[in-house]
Amino acid sequence: MIKKKLMKGNEGFAISAINAGCRYYFGYPITPQNEVPEYMSRELANYGGAFIQAESELAAINMAYGAAAAGGRVLITSSSPGIALMQEGISLFSSVQLPVVIINVMRGGPGIGSIQPSQADYEQVTRGGGNGDYHTIVYAPASIQEAMNMIYKAFDVADEYRNPVIIAADGMLGQMMEPVVIPEMKEAITEERISEVKPYALTGHKNKRAKNVINSVFLKQEMLEDYLNEYWKKYIKAEEELPEWENTKLEGAEVVFVAYGSTSRVVIEAMKILEAEGIKTGLIRPKTIWPFPKKAFDEIDPETTKKVISVELSMGQMINDVKLVLEGKYPVELINRVGGMLLDPIEVAERTKKIMEVK
Amino acid sequence: MKRITLIVGHYGSGKTEFSVNLAIDLRKKYRKVAILDLDIANPYFRSRERKRVLEENGVDIHFNSYGHDITEDLPAISATIKAPLENRSYMTVADVGGNDSGARILNQFEKYFKGNDCDMFCVINANRPETSTVESAKRHIRMIEEETGLRVTGLINNTHLLRETEVSDILDGYRLCKTLSQILDVPLVWNVCVKEMVLELGEEKDRRGLDDLIIYPIELYMRPEWLDAKVGS
Repeated sequence: MIKKKLMKGNEGFAISAINAGCRYYFGYPITPQNEVPEYMSRELANYGGAFIQAESELAAINMAYGAAAAGGRVLITSSSPGIALMQEGISLFSSVQLPVVIINVMRGGPGIGSIQPSQADYEQVTRGGGNGDYHTIVYAPASIQEAMNMIYKAFDVADEYRNPVIIAADGMLGQMMEPVVIPEMKEAITEERISEVKPYALTGHKNKRAKNVINSVFLKQEMLEDYLNEYWKKYIKAEEELPEWENTKLEGAEVVFVAYGSTSRVVIEAMKILEAEGIKTGLIRPKTIWPFPKKAFDEIDPETTKKVISVELSMGQMINDVKLVLEGKYPVELINRVGGMLLDPIEVAERTKKIMEVK
Repeated sequence: MKRITLIVGHYGSGKTEFSVNLAIDLRKKYRKVAILDLDIANPYFRSRERKRVLEENGVDIHFNSYGHDITEDLPAISATIKAPLENRSYMTVADVGGNDSGARILNQFEKYFKGNDCDMFCVINANRPETSTVESAKRHIRMIEEETGLRVTGLINNTHLLRETEVSDILDGYRLCKTLSQILDVPLVWNVCVKEMVLELGEEKDRRGLDDLIIYPIELYMRPEWLDAKVGS
């Protein structure tokens, strides 16, 4: 058995990225993700990689754009307001189909907000704040181990789909400690092999092949429409292939919770409290929030389920996806805290009883 | 027990959990006990979050002057921090920020720490990657010493894997700290163990005849149970 190590979330994220072959990181400090740039500044060069502390988040995402265009495996991390600054760059990445992995260690917003954990960027990460027709693929880890596994995989998904992949973590996951198994070290792609693996990359044509051009401008709108119709196919494929979820105890449940990220751990404890009081509950835990795991909801038990409750650290953002999927089949309620405040299991249990009109 | 105990170490080694336990335990023996939350390096999981339980146990807590729910990462501390350092009737535990950079804050109070009534204990968790070998742990201690100009006077073995901890983890940490203790010529003061495991560790200690393995039983004040809810693969 592999001996586990005790890691802080942010440290684990950095190690997992390096082991997945990431060699380029551009960062700007912001709480609660500062241990990532700290770790990268110290360690990435030891693996032949490059760390640059950018002058702003806007600079960081555009440095990433350059490195990805040259065929590198690139990681960007920030927290909510920093990710907001990067939206223009994310739209640009999507338009030219370059891969990048972005970790958002979410904190309270809007604006500068607070530095405590939050999930209020659900719409920012799943809908995108940048312009134009695009999607970002979004994983929502509930533990440090799961986050590390998702980051490890995200680089492959980003390469395969040639699209930004976001890891929607939160301040709690970034800052807490957990025993983890570190994913094994993959060999990074050597410079010589980049053009083989990523034929679009700007590696220098050396008069041996046609020039590669990475360009987001279309002077003829007909061409842009054709391009978008063609590239949109990958999002349809993503909706088929990428959704991930974990369903717990849906059979016979009166109440079905929907929760992602660290909030789902609070819900799991609340379920124990409710079960001890004779209330049967189940949980749908989306592991991807775009594409939203619609099929997970097919497993709801129509015989017993009276209500579906979206549990979020936001004003009710994921609840809209839940309602879209359920198409009015069940009443959907919200249990939430905002601004950096956390739910605790007792509060979730009490509010559930109130919704279910149980004394 | 000296009047002032500084708790330093790698971030994530368990300094705060140990400091809170130590302060509450000292209050059972001494009338006046204070804990200084000197962590200005990281705004999460600081002893000020447990202000209520500390005060219920009769421990004074000092941190910044903005109130306990202020979590902004301002590198600010309150002038009242000097009160228990000046007042010789106080037993004082200082919960210091992680690594050498977190320990830098001690420099401004050095006149209180240079005397004979101060210990600086370094908390070591051998399951943290950066203090998992004698060499790396030694380097870590030297960096803190260089930053503060103070000597580490004792080691605290706090080797654990949270709720997955086994007796063998604590024994691994004990062996690492013993070697470190010989190399650095500082004592291994305590071996930290959650109360639920003390009996099991005690039996193993007796079975192996580890007379110098002194157990320090703790409660987990800092970690909410839901953080360990089993989820995912």
